[in-house]
Amino acid sequence: MVYKKVGNQSVIFSEKPLIRGRGTVVGQKEGEGPLAKNFDIILDDDMYGEKSWEKAESKMLKEAMMKAVNRAGITEKDIDVMLSGDLLNQLMSSSFMARDLHIPFLGLYGACSTMTESLVLGSMLIDGGFAKNVLVGASSHFCTAERQFRMPVEHGNQRPPSAQWTATAAGGVVVSSASDVALCSSAGQNRIRVESATVGKVIDAGIKDANQMGAAMAPAAVDTLLNHLEDTQRSLDYYDLVATGDLGFIGKDIMMDLLAGAGLNKKMIFSHYDDCGTMLFTKEQDVHGGGSGCGCSACVFAGHLLKEMEQGKIKKLLLMSTGAMLSTISPFQGESIPGIAHAVSLEVE
Amino acid sequence: MEYVWAFIVGGVFCIIGQILMDTTTLTAPRILVIFVVSGVVLQALNLYQPIVDFAGNGATLPLPGFGYSLAKGAMEGAKDGFLTAITGPLEATAAGIGVALTFGYIIALLFTPKSPKK
Amino acid sequence: MTNVNGENKQPEKKDIAKAYGKYAKQFTPKPSYFANCLKAFIVGGALCTLALWFQNTLIDTGVSEKDAGTFVTITFVMSAQFLTGIGVFDVIAQFAGAGVIVPITGFANSMVAPAIEYKKEGPVLGVGAKIFSVAGPVLVCGISSSMIVGIIYWFIEKF
Repeated sequence: MVYKKVGNQSVIFSEKPLIRGRGTVVGQKEGEGPLAKNFDIILDDDMYGEKSWEKAESKMLKEAMMKAVNRAGITEKDIDVMLSGDLLNQLMSSSFMARDLHIPFLGLYGACSTMTESLVLGSMLIDGGFAKNVLVGASSHFCTAERQFRMPVEHGNQRPPSAQWTATAAGGVVVSSASDVALCSSAGQNRIRVESATVGKVIDAGIKDANQMGAAMAPAAVDTLLNHLEDTQRSLDYYDLVATGDLGFIGKDIMMDLLAGAGLNKKMIFSHYDDCGTMLFTKEQDVHGGGSGCGCSACVFAGHLLKEMEQGKIKKLLLMSTGAMLSTISPFQGESIPGIAHAVSLEVE
Repeated sequence: MEYVWAFIVGGVFCIIGQILMDTTTLTAPRILVIFVVSGVVLQALNLYQPIVDFAGNGATLPLPGFGYSLAKGAMEGAKDGFLTAITGPLEATAAGIGVALTFGYIIALLFTPKSPKK
Repeated sequence: MTNVNGENKQPEKKDIAKAYGKYAKQFTPKPSYFANCLKAFIVGGALCTLALWFQNTLIDTGVSEKDAGTFVTITFVMSAQFLTGIGVFDVIAQFAGAGVIVPITGFANSMVAPAIEYKKEGPVLGVGAKIFSVAGPVLVCGISSSMIVGIIYWFIEKF
């Protein structure tokens, strides 16, 4: 048995699973953002023709997943297992999406870190030889998340400047075994492989304000990143881009400051680090703290970052979706907000 | 002049609310509860009536005014006996609560929520 | 600073949380207190003045003062609920903040807002139950505290 684990929390894949297909569906507001041209489907109605917001989110996830499968040039039957998650109670969007697709399904909850959680596990399944094609994805919807975690949408409460905007977005990615490669290289595109991954620890810095998500999650992201770099013996500039999931404008500043405090070169941090939550929206879009939610890193990764890699603009990417592991009742019990971040390293072949 | 005082007193109540919203992490329901209960307590100590006499709707329209009506109903009822002391608060505010419930229910059934555009 | 990475286990968890909260605050833009308060003051004050004008108009047409007050309350409640229904209230509130939350309009909004969102969950357990999710605590605390006041006054009256 060959062990693939390195250091404390990381794995380096020996087969280097291949990213074979990707699909994204985003809402109206996300479609007005700077990354609009990279998304497959932009909704003009956040209900997506469904009766409830939950069903709309489910349909978004389904469409993103199907788009990924189509782009991979395979059918649902070729998918061995599907891993996905969302923010809703009992994973409503994912489970109801799986109800329609008839693909073996494992539901995951990693809050907003679900995209990398599913990508890590999917890559492990493939690298371990348990599956040939794995479909991974995540989704979130502003209205479903808002009414579950915060206040009713029509309620007249003011959003403080630090509040983040849950992205209405879904992203799906097909990860495939490298032995299947011959089938799947589109002309002129770079092949992208999953190279290594670091599973993060839950870290709680004691933030209690649900409008301070970025600050709550930043320490977990810092911890995962430092551990990843240590485990793999790399420096930050090994990567063309390190992208956290949804720290937002405030969390990004905290993250950069913490990294600088940990002894990393400030210039290097500036040129090699960014956050999906700040890439998805512009500040002018009145999103206050920036984007958040599972869908935020899912759609930025599957829509924008993977495209950049296909075109060779980014050669080495470290994606770290960050999650705030609060429940709907934990704030009422006076609990603080624990954060988590998982890192996945991808590189162009 | 009474209009000026209504404006100022009502506005000051809103400033207090705004400061609570901006500087604390209190959620909206808690702020509403704080306002209503403080209205009840102030009236129980006979401190709210003077504000109402002075500012009229500037004191009755903000939520402490709701607490004031409740407490006033109770205090007036208490003069007539135990039962009226208990029914007093609801009697004084029955119209407002009743309409809020009924009309609110109808509105909720008629309209659908919109996802925010901005 | 090193605390947040979990390396330094010595200080109390609470102290770390406090230090980190303070640290994170530096990066958080503050709401513009003055502008917010000014908006709240103007909108809230204007609503109260409007209410007073409406009440005086009613009294002038021969309605008793007590009834006029009730009519004013009802009108404000209904308008706020209607505005919530057509999706305008939250837009106004984004601007005016406490200016529309502290007057009775905020209470009216807090009944419709959760209820309208749970339409798909049915008229009984959805709308019927959720209409109280914000307003319920207000009614419970308000009514029970005032009833206690009533009983205390009854005691004073009696003995």
